[in-house]
Amino acid sequence: MKLAVASGKGGTGKSMIAANLAFTLSRTEPVSFVDCDVEEPNLHLFFPGQGTPRDVTVPVPVIDDSLCDRCGKCGDFCQYGAITVLPNRVLFFAELCHSCGGCTLVCPKKAIREEQKRIGTVSLSLPLPFLDLFTGTLDTGSPHAVPVIREAKKQAAAGDSIMIIDTAPGTSCPVVEALEGCDACILVTESTPFGLHDLQLAADVTARLGIPAGIVINRSDGNDEEILRFCTDHDLDVMMTIPFSREIAAIQSRGDLLCRARPEWQKDFMGLWVKCRALAGAGP
Amino acid sequence: MKLCFTAQGATLESPTEDRFGRAPYFIIVESEDGSFDAIRNPYADGGGGVGPKAAQVLIANNVKALVSGQVGGNAKEVLAAAGIAMYTFRAGGTVKDALDQFTKNTLARSG
Repeated sequence: MKLAVASGKGGTGKSMIAANLAFTLSRTEPVSFVDCDVEEPNLHLFFPGQGTPRDVTVPVPVIDDSLCDRCGKCGDFCQYGAITVLPNRVLFFAELCHSCGGCTLVCPKKAIREEQKRIGTVSLSLPLPFLDLFTGTLDTGSPHAVPVIREAKKQAAAGDSIMIIDTAPGTSCPVVEALEGCDACILVTESTPFGLHDLQLAADVTARLGIPAGIVINRSDGNDEEILRFCTDHDLDVMMTIPFSREIAAIQSRGDLLCRARPEWQKDFMGLWVKCRALAGAGP
Repeated sequence: MKLCFTAQGATLESPTEDRFGRAPYFIIVESEDGSFDAIRNPYADGGGGVGPKAAQVLIANNVKALVSGQVGGNAKEVLAAAGIAMYTFRAGGTVKDALDQFTKNTLARSG
């Protein structure tokens, strides 16, 4: 079972929901917990521990000037503008390259080889007996999050544990990559107009990807009518509602987990898990 | 000598466009006789890396100087390497206005 936790809007409590769910589940079953918010991974704050980082690399072209006759085929082929062929030299912009390898294939002189370039890391730590935490981290200045996310998921999928994936906020490529192949998705929202607006976008993404989704309303002020109406209209189940509470905020801000500080919440998170399993079963 | 102006339309009366890589049109003027060609920029709505791609359009058309509002870093590198001079025109107005100023040599050179 692969379960993603996504949101649309940032700061709704994705990581909080994911961390408490992973913590609760890991008391009875092995869990691979994957931080796919690689531009700002934060699950290690809830689960401190020494990690073993492994480099994530992508291939980038290196052009041999002595073989290149500036025919321009590589530059014409590159859809990302990463290669410009001038009469006397070739310019390469590494940050525009998507590592597709096309330039090496179209070069008639075989003047292009590929070299591995580091763009980030995936770190494995074992903070609890049945919880393996995989943290993807994109290097500062590196523009492509997707390969780091793909590698983090790949490493986490090596075992047959339950996989819980914390995605980045938003609906862009990094989120789609994190959602790809998941059996179900929790969409976390909050009772604000922004929360609802971005929930609509996120729900559209999961629907297009064919991933069954359910809703968690976090920091509910009790006036959730508009979100509830949206969920009813789109056949989305509100699986859990967490109230706006100073106590919960305090637990969270000292880096603790709600389910550790207030174990009675574990029952609620087990209930959430049961609903997620049902969602996955109902999927295509 | 061929000059290129970034424009919102296909004529000398069209308003200039401040952006280079995403300019809808490149108006290429022959400075000898004032004749011009309008090239629709195929990268105006492109996903990414449009700067270097658009610069290649200018290279392919043998342009020697570019007049635009703002040229991004990657495009600038390509244009400089190709020996294309860059001039800034951000006053607003038509391609004709920009051409007049270029001819009077009142535009600042940006690269």
